[in-house]
Amino acid sequence: MDNILVIAQVFDGQVKKSTNATITFASRVAAFTGGSYSVMALGDDLSGQTEDLSHLGAQKVILAEAPGIDQGLGEQWVPIIEQVVRKGSFKIIASPSSSIGKDVLPRLAQSLKAGMASDVTDVSYESDNLFYVRPMYAGNVNCTVQITTETEVVTVRQTEFDPFEAIAEESPVERIDIPPPDMAVERIEFNGFEKSISERPDLPDAKIVVSGGRGLKSGENFKIIEELADLIGGAVGATRAAVDAGFIHNDFQVGQTGKIVAPDLYIAVGLSGALQHVAGIKSSKVIVAINKDEEAPIFQVSDYGIVADLFKAVPELIEEIKKTT
Amino acid sequence: MKIIVPIKRVPDPEKADKVRISEDGKQLIFDGLDWKPNPFDEYAVETALRLVKDSGADQTANEVIVVSIGPEEATHQVLWCLAMGADRGMLISGDDRELDATVVARAIAKLVKKESPDLILMGKQTVDGDSNQTAQMLAGMLGWPQATFAGRIETPADLSSATVTREVDGGSATVTVKFPALISVDVRIVTPQAVNNNMSPPDELNRDGARFASLPGIMKAKKKPLERLTLEDLGVDTSQRVKTISYSRPAARSGGIILETVEELVQKLKEEARVL
Repeated sequence: MDNILVIAQVFDGQVKKSTNATITFASRVAAFTGGSYSVMALGDDLSGQTEDLSHLGAQKVILAEAPGIDQGLGEQWVPIIEQVVRKGSFKIIASPSSSIGKDVLPRLAQSLKAGMASDVTDVSYESDNLFYVRPMYAGNVNCTVQITTETEVVTVRQTEFDPFEAIAEESPVERIDIPPPDMAVERIEFNGFEKSISERPDLPDAKIVVSGGRGLKSGENFKIIEELADLIGGAVGATRAAVDAGFIHNDFQVGQTGKIVAPDLYIAVGLSGALQHVAGIKSSKVIVAINKDEEAPIFQVSDYGIVADLFKAVPELIEEIKKTT
Repeated sequence: MKIIVPIKRVPDPEKADKVRISEDGKQLIFDGLDWKPNPFDEYAVETALRLVKDSGADQTANEVIVVSIGPEEATHQVLWCLAMGADRGMLISGDDRELDATVVARAIAKLVKKESPDLILMGKQTVDGDSNQTAQMLAGMLGWPQATFAGRIETPADLSSATVTREVDGGSATVTVKFPALISVDVRIVTPQAVNNNMSPPDELNRDGARFASLPGIMKAKKKPLERLTLEDLGVDTSQRVKTISYSRPAARSGGIILETVEELVQKLKEEARVL
């Protein structure tokens, strides 16, 4: 039975990798339950993404296309997804734990009278029940939950599931009729989107992340973080303190309430390692810390540390990497 | 304008790593930890106070109502928000173990029917459960528009709507919601210029962060109305949709080695860790 519906994350013309991680989650749930999954995308025009979506091993690719729904407002999306769920045999609805997923899925769960687990990092199956593991308390406690309603809604933490690799086989594509939006849509108007421009990899996808904290002292100084990141093909991240101080756009905040990252290499520069920040980097393979305060808590979670002034150490590091590559 | 701000008490967020788990994995232990208002909820209270400040001719028409669901001890956090400047408090008695996001949303929905607020302002998530669900579920339940993860809010002088800049993946999205509406707030909402009601003098800068309760504020808070309710009084359906099975400790990282030079670092990253 086609029992799992994955809501794809499409942004800036691309099917985001978080979708592939959610597909991996769905394929695992499908194996447990003897079911299968379909993938659904919503947007103004998805012709450019259909090809990518149709190689994800899905029973079906379901496309909901309508003018003005690109922005992912819950007031628009919920009735559309709800209709697909009610007409189909879907019992588990999963989306990446992206800002759209976080915004829309709880509202969807409510309208489906379903329970929801957020930011799921693992899933298991026993006696016909699915059990979800999810982090609480800034990643200091893992909680195993069971959703007791007939329909189950989950958001999936991208970094904990390997991205599903596209397969040759092609899924059939179905375009659906769009139901009328929620009445609340009359009281919300979308005014615009300001993109935080970056040519670097997306934080949750990046193999290398270089992050700066308050120790950078200014937005101007963040350039050395960017220079290092560009040299080694990394993404740029920041602590809440650095964002609050206006050094960098909020889209780059890493931590409990920002982006969760799990690169092969995380370089923490001039940041103390507040537990809210560490919550977002814990699954990194190797953590390097550069801080002049040897007591900084970041050294307690880093694999390699350098106790030094970042304004001396980072340029030296850049030179050394250039020299040895 | 009437604003309801739901708040929750959480164990000291700066000591989240000190929360312990019982041996059988069935319970969390908070011994020795202080309880604080959830930071995002405190930001929501601050936002509400900034929004109503100087707004309209009739300040008496403005009301900020703080509501919490928790044990009797959660009175402290409600009082703290009253001391910050909220007008009225409500405490619905409840235990976390008997609540999930749906039950909380149902309870607040009942209060909304009773109080008919123009706006619900709440934190985007509590830093204990980290679920980020209640606001969106509540908005859906009420059939209200939702503007989640607000980093900036601007209202016209008549307070009929709010233009909200939302912090989302890839940038900032701006929406205008007509009241009644629900807004959930993100951290940047308490930066000095994040809330603009077009009534407070433009040169007026707020402090960075949520305000502290002053001593006179604390004295005054004790005289403000604080209503105690139960889920039963409100006729809330208390059936949960999510059941907690157990808790466990995630694998901990341990500190590694301190290196003297960047040469050593580059060598380790290349030859030992093989990540460069």
